[in-house]
Amino acid sequence: MTDMTTNSAALAPSSGEKFRERVLPFILFGLVLIVIPFFGPSRTTMTLLNHIGINIVFALSFNMLLGRAGLLTFGHAVYLGLGGYFCVHILNWIDAADGGFWGNLPVFSMPVFGFAMGALAGAVIGWPSCRRAGTAFAMISLGVAELMAAFAYMFDSLFGGEMGISGDRMAGPEFLGLSLGPLEEVYWFIAFWTFLGVVAMYMFTRTPLGKLSEATRDNPERVQFIGYNPTRVRYLVFIFAGAFAGMAGGMSAVQDEIFTPESLSLLPSGAILIAAYVGGIRYFSGPIMGAIVMTYMGSNLSDYTAGWLLYLGIMFICVVMFLPDWIAGIVFGFWRGIRSPDRGHLMGKWAQQLAGVFLLAIGIIVFVEVAFRWSEGYGEVWEPFGIALPHDAILTWIIGIIPFVAGVAVLRHVTRKQEEV
Amino acid sequence: MHPPALKLVNVHKSFGPAKIIQGVNLEIARGERHAIIGPNGAGKSTLFNLVSGLYSLSDGEVQLNGAVISGKKPFQINRMGLSRSFQVSNIFANMTVRENVRCGVLYSMGYGYSFWRNIGNLKEVQEKTAHILEDVGLLDKANLPASLLPYADQRTLEIAITIAGGAEVIMLDEPTAGMSHSETDRAVELIEKAAKGKTLLIVEHDMGVVFGLADRISVLVYGEIIATGAPSEIRGDPRVREAYLGEEADHIEGEPA
Repeated sequence: MTDMTTNSAALAPSSGEKFRERVLPFILFGLVLIVIPFFGPSRTTMTLLNHIGINIVFALSFNMLLGRAGLLTFGHAVYLGLGGYFCVHILNWIDAADGGFWGNLPVFSMPVFGFAMGALAGAVIGWPSCRRAGTAFAMISLGVAELMAAFAYMFDSLFGGEMGISGDRMAGPEFLGLSLGPLEEVYWFIAFWTFLGVVAMYMFTRTPLGKLSEATRDNPERVQFIGYNPTRVRYLVFIFAGAFAGMAGGMSAVQDEIFTPESLSLLPSGAILIAAYVGGIRYFSGPIMGAIVMTYMGSNLSDYTAGWLLYLGIMFICVVMFLPDWIAGIVFGFWRGIRSPDRGHLMGKWAQQLAGVFLLAIGIIVFVEVAFRWSEGYGEVWEPFGIALPHDAILTWIIGIIPFVAGVAVLRHVTRKQEEV
Repeated sequence: MHPPALKLVNVHKSFGPAKIIQGVNLEIARGERHAIIGPNGAGKSTLFNLVSGLYSLSDGEVQLNGAVISGKKPFQINRMGLSRSFQVSNIFANMTVRENVRCGVLYSMGYGYSFWRNIGNLKEVQEKTAHILEDVGLLDKANLPASLLPYADQRTLEIAITIAGGAEVIMLDEPTAGMSHSETDRAVELIEKAAKGKTLLIVEHDMGVVFGLADRISVLVYGEIIATGAPSEIRGDPRVREAYLGEEADHIEGEPA
């Protein structure tokens, strides 16, 4: 027996490694969440941060399906929406209640109810849809999303029609001294639940069911021959994914105090798919990074340019085509790179790539911005840094084409050199 | 008197008009090492898929330790103590070798679909996993992704997953296919070790492996078993020689059995 014990001890990562890989990142994440308010962010930033927190939980719950169980869904917002709607209704019950259960319920607990509602929705909708995997599953999820959105528009008393239903987060008793009125207090609420959600979803990946979900993703046939029913594995994971999405819905109900039928539709489902994918579905932290980047861009890029959706689209396509490991892949690759002995060489390569991407971006931006203004027909001229760039000036075309061509050339050169090595 | 570990009664399987298995009757005693041989397309893999529950029977019955298993789902049959490997490596490619084996161990240790336990803290699971990895000789590669293993090691992992659950009846589908001589020798050694005290049903093309390993051999031709018996009987059976073994039988006869 002694040799067996040593074997298993040698196999498992040491406690130091465990701490560095599984505990330290969460401590750092928690510290970041705590430190942020001390920089005195503006109200706009605060709102953005709250939405980022909601989307982190939402994107991770989405990745429980796509990344961990191999189930592509186009309707994950259904669970966020149903959880959120349920919580807005509860906000109103709390507001209307005079004592009793609802009257004594702190709004702080909303994500728990969202979690329960999401789990229930997942259990009901997942029962038929998890019998299939792959394309059939994806198509069913698409149908369910359309169905639920149509359903929500039809039943005004439950979903409030196009106007949606709003609530008041300041209703009910305070919890931990938080009235949840000012945005800073909502921030602490969001930070608490984001942290809890991230830790819980990480712990889920470490359970037998979490491991089996990966096994089912890799090879559902073989799972049958080690004593597990792949349909059951998918169904259980689906319930959990729905529950965590519902939890994000509960957070969102408190932050925004309103839910509309659009929140159940394909649009937010597609947005979270893109966020998780751009972030990197093969890494646990990928969807977190994706949620941060996409929420930030969605909220801030629109201030700078009317073409922001176009840029997001271009970015998504480029990530899918050229960066197989996505944002998380770049981050971890960079981290490994700067610690490897080869770092001088790698830095040179990255600098070249960065320059190439930069040049390419200049070319694309010039074309997009000039074309946008020209097509609108108001005679407006794009003037970056005070240089007028009308669509029919030679200078415009030079500034557009030369960086674009140079960028492509640099990137091709780097790729080719890499292949030679 | 124990019931046979595995009993096939009048098993039939047709795919549309094609009759692949046409009335197979077979009894395999507990602890027996039984090999099925036959030319390509005889239905050996189909028979495996029927017994393990991947395909449903057109007619007939399969019993495991006296209990009827035909009609049950593969995972139910597996839980009743029958485990199988595949002809092509059928592993969890994106997981590490250790995680592969650990998944095979889980159900037999009673962990089901649990989502409230940290897998890293399940001591007996870790120990059983390490034990199996050591037995099959993959301990030093435990933390590699399974897809990066060389071919022979993937075949070994295939067997490791198959035996991980501790099933009493083990079915191996061409475990040495595509291996070199030395790799085959090592695989045979591993199979002997893994099948000790268990019932083994094996499909194999390498006659050296079959005649060295099996207690009894069945010859399957066009979906029917034309002969069952000890290796010496099979070797001498004129029908078998005619149908299948041919020159290979002469070759084997030359070797000391």
